[in-house]
Amino acid sequence: MELLLLFISQVLVNNFVLARFLGICPFLGVSKRTEVAFSMGLATTFVMTLSAIATWLVQNFILIPFGMQRFLQYVAFILIIASLVQFVEMFLKKTSPTLYQSLGIFLPLITTNCAILGLALLAALNEYSLIQSTIFGFGAGVGFTLAITAMAGIREHIEFSDIPAAFKGVPITLVTAAIMAMAFLGFSGLIPM
Amino acid sequence: MGATYEFYKGLWKENPVFRMVMGMCPTLAVTNAAINGVAMGLATAFVLVCSNIVVALIKTLIPSKVRIPAYVIIIATFVTIADLILAAYFPDIQKVLGLFIPLIVVNCVILARAEAFASKSNVRLSILDALGMGIGFTWALTLLGIIREILGMGSIFGISLFGEGYISWIIFILPPGAFLTLGLLIAFFNAFSKNKAEDSCCH
Repeated sequence: MELLLLFISQVLVNNFVLARFLGICPFLGVSKRTEVAFSMGLATTFVMTLSAIATWLVQNFILIPFGMQRFLQYVAFILIIASLVQFVEMFLKKTSPTLYQSLGIFLPLITTNCAILGLALLAALNEYSLIQSTIFGFGAGVGFTLAITAMAGIREHIEFSDIPAAFKGVPITLVTAAIMAMAFLGFSGLIPM
Repeated sequence: MGATYEFYKGLWKENPVFRMVMGMCPTLAVTNAAINGVAMGLATAFVLVCSNIVVALIKTLIPSKVRIPAYVIIIATFVTIADLILAAYFPDIQKVLGLFIPLIVVNCVILARAEAFASKSNVRLSILDALGMGIGFTWALTLLGIIREILGMGSIFGISLFGEGYISWIIFILPPGAFLTLGLLIAFFNAFSKNKAEDSCCH
């Protein structure tokens, strides 16, 4: 039950994009087409879940026992994420060319997605257990997918609307995100924090 | 293109926030008060200058295949230094910025300057470039912070402006206010300048 609440809170209440401002770059950059945005969401969810597990292992079996978490945490985490992304890319290329074709181009971008590093750091900060971290990572990924796919759906319609020239491009996207964030504020009473 | 241009371009023409639309996460997340915007901007500028210097110095030693991981590690090292300095001398600000200090590591402004500029030019120009970009980033965050603080809390740098009667617009210090303020600001700048903001960031 507690895990289910954690999951729902990450998807809706503390949505990574709209409430925590993590992963804004792909949210603004890769949200022009629904299918593309959905693939990006899937790739991110996949890497988020894996990196939540990997960084938990490193944090609890290497950094904390040797007392290095204050000094080496950032360097260690970003290295794990970068190599994990590289590994996932090679693995997909070898085993599932179709999946690689749909997700492959997004994988390099994911390394510099602050949602992944933010997730690892938040999980370490909250001292989650391995299972909690996994659910946390998966929930955050689902929340990201939800936000970016919804955004892409709206942007597909905006493209054909008559909007002021100054608002074309980034500004209208940001205003749309503002309205989406307002809608997501409505979820804030859903789970007692 | 002289050395002064490398400095000035970051202030407006290639401003990372308003023109290039980069580094959106800290821009939106920490600007609920003006002082936070200043602090975040300065911390980012510090990391930017240091990493640009180191990248410009050792660019010939890094094999091109592993250059991105190498840059990321250089940046992560300086972020750790910045975090520890803030924690030692400005613990309050370090607490407020919290998660977003370590996330300077993945701020695309810094990696983009290392990749697009410092790896191709000398130390002197790299410092000027980093200073210009850093100051450009700082003033953008400060402006956003000032607007959101005035509307959301009726104060500026913590000093109350309107007295007791002011009913603050809480929405501006909440997440939607961040998106809305930045969206309107970029639209405003687009309307009064020839070049429009880039369509997407980072890639």
